[in-house]
Amino acid sequence: MVSEKDFSNQEEITWCPGCGNYSIRMALQKTLAGMEFKPHQVAMVSGIGQAGKMPHYLRVNGFNGLHGRALPAGTALAAVRRDLQVIVESGDGDIYGEGGNHFLHALRRNPNLALFVHNNQVYGLTKGQASPTSDLGMKTTVQTKGVQLLPLNPLALAIAGGAGFVARSFSGNTEHLKEMMKKAIEYPGLSFLDILQPCVSFNRVNTFQWYRERVYEMGSEHDKGDREQALKKAEEWGDNIPLGIFYQEKRAVFAEDFPRLSREEIFDPRPRVNSWTEMLEKFK
Amino acid sequence: MLNIRIGGQAGQGINTIAKFLAKSLLRNGFYVFTSKDYMSRIRGGHNFSDVRLGSRPLGAAVEKVDILLALDETTWSIHQEFIQEDGLLLYDEDDFSPETGPGIKKGLPLKKKAEQFGDKRVAGVIALGLIHRALGIWPEVLQDLLAEKFKGSILEQNLEGLTWGHKMGEDYFSPDDGHAPDESMLISGNDALGMGAVAAGVQFYSAYPMTPATGVMNFLAGQAQKFNILVEQAEDEIAAINMALGAAYGGVRAMTGTSGGGFSLMVEGLGLAGMTETPLVIVNGQRPGPATGLPTRTEQGDLEFVIHASQGEFPRIVLAPRQQGEAFYQVVRAFNLADEYQVPVIVMSDQFLADSEQTIEELSLSADQFSRGKLIKDHRDQEPYLRYKITDDGISPRLIPGEEGQVVMADSDEHNQAGNIIEDAATRRQMMEKRMKRLEIIKENLEPPLYHGAEPEEAQFILVSWGSTYGPLEEARLNLEKEGFKLGHYSFQDLWPLPPGKWQEILNRVPWVLVENNYTGQLGSVLSTEGIKSPRALINKYDGRPFKIEELQQAIKREVNSHGQ
Repeated sequence: MVSEKDFSNQEEITWCPGCGNYSIRMALQKTLAGMEFKPHQVAMVSGIGQAGKMPHYLRVNGFNGLHGRALPAGTALAAVRRDLQVIVESGDGDIYGEGGNHFLHALRRNPNLALFVHNNQVYGLTKGQASPTSDLGMKTTVQTKGVQLLPLNPLALAIAGGAGFVARSFSGNTEHLKEMMKKAIEYPGLSFLDILQPCVSFNRVNTFQWYRERVYEMGSEHDKGDREQALKKAEEWGDNIPLGIFYQEKRAVFAEDFPRLSREEIFDPRPRVNSWTEMLEKFK
Repeated sequence: MLNIRIGGQAGQGINTIAKFLAKSLLRNGFYVFTSKDYMSRIRGGHNFSDVRLGSRPLGAAVEKVDILLALDETTWSIHQEFIQEDGLLLYDEDDFSPETGPGIKKGLPLKKKAEQFGDKRVAGVIALGLIHRALGIWPEVLQDLLAEKFKGSILEQNLEGLTWGHKMGEDYFSPDDGHAPDESMLISGNDALGMGAVAAGVQFYSAYPMTPATGVMNFLAGQAQKFNILVEQAEDEIAAINMALGAAYGGVRAMTGTSGGGFSLMVEGLGLAGMTETPLVIVNGQRPGPATGLPTRTEQGDLEFVIHASQGEFPRIVLAPRQQGEAFYQVVRAFNLADEYQVPVIVMSDQFLADSEQTIEELSLSADQFSRGKLIKDHRDQEPYLRYKITDDGISPRLIPGEEGQVVMADSDEHNQAGNIIEDAATRRQMMEKRMKRLEIIKENLEPPLYHGAEPEEAQFILVSWGSTYGPLEEARLNLEKEGFKLGHYSFQDLWPLPPGKWQEILNRVPWVLVENNYTGQLGSVLSTEGIKSPRALINKYDGRPFKIEELQQAIKREVNSHGQ
């Protein structure tokens, strides 16, 4: 039996006390253990930001790359290593801001990975500037007159952009979060899960209390196969914030026809001589 | 040695005509060198291709023209001054009537006749028939080539065109017989770079299209099914390099390719390869910059850039293949070096190398040209695996992720041996030293420059070049040697870190002249970091065109004369 402790390591965690990242980390450990994964079967790819530190605080394979660039690295890893469960995990600034272009194209490409975005609507690591999802009017040290840019709606964008799995959860609802993580990991293709999370140090607007009073779980009346309904639901924000799977459909997975490589084939990839000779003929 | 130039507008099939001609000459036993001069447009403008043939290996383009096939009047007006007195001008008599200028003028109703055969695109093949006749070559080989490409009525039309064209020609030239070995190949730099990757076992290639490196992606995409290569067109060059790094972290051999503009976008990723010690091969096909520059032209303007690109300090290797055949072997070697030292390796190409084709010996797969360094499939240890374990040579065993009981952590932050983020001074110092000490080891294992020509002590001076300038410069030097000049030639292929050798002592003693396809003479600056004194002169070119043999000979002669004997 695999236990959640198998996914713990001894690293000192540098998140603020009370940060939503702790409960996301715990939910992920429990989800992976519950799904009977072993640490060596999981690879987490992250960018930069408080959320991007996640692979350091778990015992799984990890690639903590550049700011905004987790999706390209994760995409390629998932394609050439079909034996690994790839999870791309980063924050709203990383995925929606710095990495926005990769987000758009990952939706089109549909690699087989789970994308978990910690969305606290603020930049934590750089101390409190607006993120792409900050609410209008939020004052920061840079946005002194309050945020003037329209907030990005990541769920609507993902549905419109062609994602086959679009969901939202809340770090304060562990049971729901675990269920969403599990369904996302099970989905073949890019499964996008936006995780609302309070930032206790820099977001004075969207606090734990703020989220808790507004979020609700969508019931069976929501048809996740209906794209129009999903888009409408994704527009809902403010007094009521829906959680759950907004949209789900089956789509062709990126590089599905690329072979599942054995460790030996990875180690010694030299080409076969007959294919080589055949190729040379064209140049004679 | 003869030079055939085919010119016209984009879309007139210049490439196809040149390709058929070059292939036919190759199969007739000639050594061939082709080069392309094209504009950044799909239709119209003025493009030309040169096909040189000879009885010994060729590695450069020349200015002079023995046969000019002018598919429009512009081609004739631009290139007529290069036609030799005993040269031949072929043109469509319905396009224009050249009355002046050198050479024998041969006008035929190429397009009109082609339409009679059924398709005006046959005009090029009619011209090829004429050219074959002018060279005294029977067109059987070309008939085979056409049959490999076309079928049915299209083949019939082309064969009729070829026969008619051949009949309408006359014997003008009698080139020496070619002596290229039967197993010779005709290959472009881009194809050779791609073929090197195939030979090395590349399993992942991601790139964003950018001239002149796109050909590498085209080649690999064409071979992807046969060799199980995942070729992905990324959304931008940032994605391209980060994808390649993700794949390389997974253990496969990965590569990306671009030109200077795309390389600029890749720079942060280059640093990521350095910091995470992830092996990666990057092809940089240079073109004149900065910014968009001259997209379809050539330059050697990125040397200092790629040596210094990225914030921070980390070891990297920069190689610049001199010729097409070497482009193949240097990519194979680049993959081995990347794996052995766990560093990024940059292979420098340029439009001249990438697009020119050269007759070379058959490329072979060789078992001893394969090394994955300290890559391991199993950790086999009670202790947990440490990705950045401190070792004597600074190189840690690199475990393919996925071994039961072990995890592999790679990090762009400064990290400890396990790959986890740290900030303390002692670990930072330890990791900097671990990474940087490989530079000295790499240096000792790279190859010093090649030397050709007169003994340094007897040389009037030594010519110094790097990368693709080798071909034209060495041919110019050989020609001058026949005229009695005493010159040496050092050509660098391994450029960073600079390998030690007796060249250092020689260049500080004997006068030398730097020859580069750029404005500032960048290799001179790079050599000065090793304490090499400045060159006596710089022969350079920065108009976006490659060096031609004649102009190099003239420039070298001027340099000799300016200093007396």
